[in-house]
Amino acid sequence: MLHIDNISKTFNPGTITEKLALHNVSLHLAPGDFVTVIGGNGAGKSTLMNSIAGTYPVDAGSITIAGTDITKWPEHKRAKYIGRVFQDPMMGTAAGMMIEENLAIAERRGLTPTLRWSSSADGREHFRRLLKGLNLGLEDRLESKVGLLSGGQRQALTLLMATMAQPKLLLLDEHTAALDPKTAEKVLALTEKIVAQQKLTTLMITHNMRDALKYGNRLIMMYEGHILFDIDSEKKKTLGIKDLLEMFEQAAGSELSSDSLLLS
Amino acid sequence: MDLVIATVSQGMLWALLAIGVYLTFRVLDIADLTVEGSFPLGAATAATMLVAGVHPLMAILGACLTGMLAGVVTGFLCTKLKIPALLAGILTMIALYSVNLRIMGKANLPLLQQDTVFTIWQVGGLDKSMTTLVIGTVIVLVVALLNYWFFGTELGTAVRATGFNPHMIRANGINTDNMIVLGLLLSNGLVAISGALVAQSNGFADVGMGVGTIVIGLASVIIGEVLFGTRSFKNCLISVILGSIVYRAVIAIVLQMGMPPNDLKLFTAILVALALSLPLLQARWNKFRKGVH
Repeated sequence: MLHIDNISKTFNPGTITEKLALHNVSLHLAPGDFVTVIGGNGAGKSTLMNSIAGTYPVDAGSITIAGTDITKWPEHKRAKYIGRVFQDPMMGTAAGMMIEENLAIAERRGLTPTLRWSSSADGREHFRRLLKGLNLGLEDRLESKVGLLSGGQRQALTLLMATMAQPKLLLLDEHTAALDPKTAEKVLALTEKIVAQQKLTTLMITHNMRDALKYGNRLIMMYEGHILFDIDSEKKKTLGIKDLLEMFEQAAGSELSSDSLLLS
Repeated sequence: MDLVIATVSQGMLWALLAIGVYLTFRVLDIADLTVEGSFPLGAATAATMLVAGVHPLMAILGACLTGMLAGVVTGFLCTKLKIPALLAGILTMIALYSVNLRIMGKANLPLLQQDTVFTIWQVGGLDKSMTTLVIGTVIVLVVALLNYWFFGTELGTAVRATGFNPHMIRANGINTDNMIVLGLLLSNGLVAISGALVAQSNGFADVGMGVGTIVIGLASVIIGEVLFGTRSFKNCLISVILGSIVYRAVIAIVLQMGMPPNDLKLFTAILVALALSLPLLQARWNKFRKGVH
């Protein structure tokens, strides 16, 4: 479904702040793969995600989704294939607009906007059904502005928006990092449910090793701009956090402070 | 009574400017100074067309089109050439000063014998100021309804979302650059219509009539928002129109009280500065009061 081949990205080339963020990274996702991504700060996790989403162009390599080469596509065009949830709960929704308006925009992700009135009775009924699935009581608040919702509610709503138009690829960039642990757990459970229901191909960055092991069928660890190891479903089930840390030390040849992964 | 009618009808003619400023300042979240040039551009275009014998409604349409073009220029400068929006607006505004002189051929173009949109219909034997009020109100209502319709469509919703959160709308597949250009186009089209109407009401177009229009527009928007609310887009549209009328009323009152007309711009600027800093001042005041008790 997703084919990343040898992509590289350097920020601020030729200056003292030059930073090699991705170095010859290749990653292939089969349809339905749910891959969790871990790695310390500066490992290149977010750069990988943003390169796929098209936030900035890559320096080299190619990115293909469902057989289409999107390497040169601008961010907004890639949205046709990609649903995204950001780390910042403010990023994924328009706070000043009603829940209904946000959903109406997301429902037509990747389609050219027309001069049809964006709100309809049928649409509202549909949105109410979808919101009911979130179990947050939002189905009665279609006309509330999204800015009135809590961070957890906004992430749940963003998750719904990212998936309601059936993306080929779902990108989750530490989407629970800004939430309290209890809310984070709820949003992750919801994530798992939606991904399973729609059999979505998913890439999820997390800072939490426990979550990385608990969710998904594959796990990759990134380090200094490349993929250190890639663990498949069978092996992943048998691993614990301790095993991950040992594997890291062996592969990277240096000691990993588990704090930098768990806490930062 | 005459003064009330004149005030309300002036408010109506300037309301389109206020809606235009609202579209950029609030909806797109851009302070667009193009209006200082597109307002006299609308006046110059309409006046020149009227002098050439064109029907007043066609003259207004022509003004709208040139205004839209000005908006597209600013949009091109800030999206494709990445010039900061504020500076892009200033560049277009300055350029339009020369363009407006070119269009009119001189700095001031009187409309003495020409038919205007306020003289071609004799509305039930009403006098001039009443006619201005009726026709101005009709035009504003039509424009407001069109705006309400457009910003409820998928395309209009995308323009509004661009102002609220460009990340979100890009992640949903919308080209934000195009939305910004579209917003600037609509805004400056409305501002130019406002200029065309004011020129026809005043009986002349002048190259200097754009000075301070951005502040007048902002004053109307803020007064409207504070007094009449911002619950929904519809509410905002109505607030802005009423804000334009209240602004004219405030001006009429201070002039009646003996303020020299030359001080009007200073007065308006202070009014807007106060209104814009109101939330901050309120917060400081609350903090101060809490500190005392």
